Amino acid sequence: MSEDVLMRAVDLKVYFKGEGRGAGIVRAVDGVSLDILRGETLGIVGESGCGKSTLGRTLLRLQEPVAGSIFLEGRDISRLRGAALKQMRREAQIVFQDPSACLNPRRTVRQILREPFGIHGMEGTMDVDARICELLRLVGLDEYLLSRYPHELSGGQKQRIGIARALALEPKIVVCDEAVSALDVSVQAQVLNLLQELKEKLHLTYFFISHNLNVVYQVSDRVGVMYLGKLVELADCAQLYEKRCHPYTEALLSAVPRVGAGERGERIHLAGEVPDPANPPSGCRFHTRCPKACEKCRVSEPVLTEVEPGHFVACHLAGDAT
Amino acid sequence: MKHSLKRLFCSNALFTIGVVICLFWILAAVFAPLIAPYDPVAQDLSVRLKPPSAEHWFGTDSFGQDIFSRVIFGGRYSLFAGLLTVVIAGALGTLYGAIAGYVGGWVDNVMMRLSEMIMSFPSLILAMIINTVMGSNLFNTMFALVIVAWPNYARLMRSVVLSVKENEYVSAARALGAGGLRVLLREVIPNSVSSVLIMATTDIGNQILMFSTLSFLGLGSAPPTPEWGMMVSDGVDNFNKFWIAGFPGLAIFTMAVGANFIGDGMRDLLDPKLRKQF
Repeated sequence: MSEDVLMRAVDLKVYFKGEGRGAGIVRAVDGVSLDILRGETLGIVGESGCGKSTLGRTLLRLQEPVAGSIFLEGRDISRLRGAALKQMRREAQIVFQDPSACLNPRRTVRQILREPFGIHGMEGTMDVDARICELLRLVGLDEYLLSRYPHELSGGQKQRIGIARALALEPKIVVCDEAVSALDVSVQAQVLNLLQELKEKLHLTYFFISHNLNVVYQVSDRVGVMYLGKLVELADCAQLYEKRCHPYTEALLSAVPRVGAGERGERIHLAGEVPDPANPPSGCRFHTRCPKACEKCRVSEPVLTEVEPGHFVACHLAGDAT
Repeated sequence: MKHSLKRLFCSNALFTIGVVICLFWILAAVFAPLIAPYDPVAQDLSVRLKPPSAEHWFGTDSFGQDIFSRVIFGGRYSLFAGLLTVVIAGALGTLYGAIAGYVGGWVDNVMMRLSEMIMSFPSLILAMIINTVMGSNLFNTMFALVIVAWPNYARLMRSVVLSVKENEYVSAARALGAGGLRVLLREVIPNSVSSVLIMATTDIGNQILMFSTLSFLGLGSAPPTPEWGMMVSDGVDNFNKFWIAGFPGLAIFTMAVGANFIGDGMRDLLDPKLRKQF
């Protein structure tokens, strides 16, 4: 492969045991394989409960996969333990969705930002205070915030602290798990710009999870679409928004509200609800709601195949559509 | 915190009353030798069973011991036993419950079933059994009270930890590479203890009552010791002499009520939903 793969997931599966007796196994992520290229932003979109956050957490080993492997720079990190796992933590970090839940309410900003260095025993080897100030400037905050508690900060400020904490150990890849969804629209734009700036300045790679298609379109180089634990389509951002091959992607994109644009397309309404992930439909998981479903879809499960260079689709009809 | 404490005193009369009552008994216990007019264990059979008078404010018991002096000194045992029981049981239960809740899975299951085994006994009977088997003295009584009390803290702590550990700052600490113990001590426990603190304050009153109950039943401290519960049980033999059981009973009652008032006030102070008002 010519591209520089930073992180690779191979047939990743994450199952949860359902609540109570007799409940089935919830297949939150069911056989996802993808490559994250160095320096790119890979966006992941999908409905709530489709497994995108679980996928992000699993890539960072915050959630244990039941099967599959994760490679970071060619090294299998899915079985790491102890000191090796701790070392790996420095290279992959996460920015969370809820700015008010991602900071310990009983600690000051200074203590929160000191934590990464304390965990890795770096307090004696470097000027941590100087580094903390540097981090704050990096995310566009002033030093006077250091003695504040999280509840004294605004949502945007908290999210910036969360970003600063994630960047403290100079990671190579950052998972942004709905990083701007909880913010006001104006603050969202600021934080997105900040993330973009940081990416260029620090040569970061983002795995950007969101349900907001406009946000993903704005920041991503490539976009993956998930449905019920499966990756159904993966393509270049421009490519995907121009020509989507999977009927689910089409329905998803038709739901994006547009202001003013005259070329507003027909809104595709999907019937029914997302099926129970503990009891997914046979064959293609989307066939129960797919407007184009045929007999084949009910029986055999489509695999992710490359329909054109760099454009992967898991749909039986994808070949015919093009 | 200082500011909100001041506001709490102003706005919550019961909390203030509780603090005053508890302070009164603590000071009385600390300065007992200066306050008490008589030696609490000195017997004077010439003045036995005397009603309250100018010489003996709370009267005397069947051995001629001065009840006022005994009540003042008695605070030392009751307060000491109540506080220490709550501190030890609270610390043990908090740690136990935090580990069970944080680790989860079969560890949680085994740990909680163990604590439920203790809770399934009526607490008073279990304490009596422990006391009888081990021999009754102040230390063993407190030991029995701790054994009976800690599962309550463990259960409360576990349920709080179960929700606190889902917070994103816990995930963040783990993502940074923090080990289980570090996450537990720095992130989970500090954000879970407030409800345990509330329970502990209220529990001081209960433990004093339990301790007095055991003494009343003849378990706990040995006879000449001026202990409130035992003094009440002395009064049973002389039922028509109200002062023998009445004054130590009043002491137990006020102490328990004071501790409960403080517990209620603490809940108002630490409950984040109510905190905005302060």
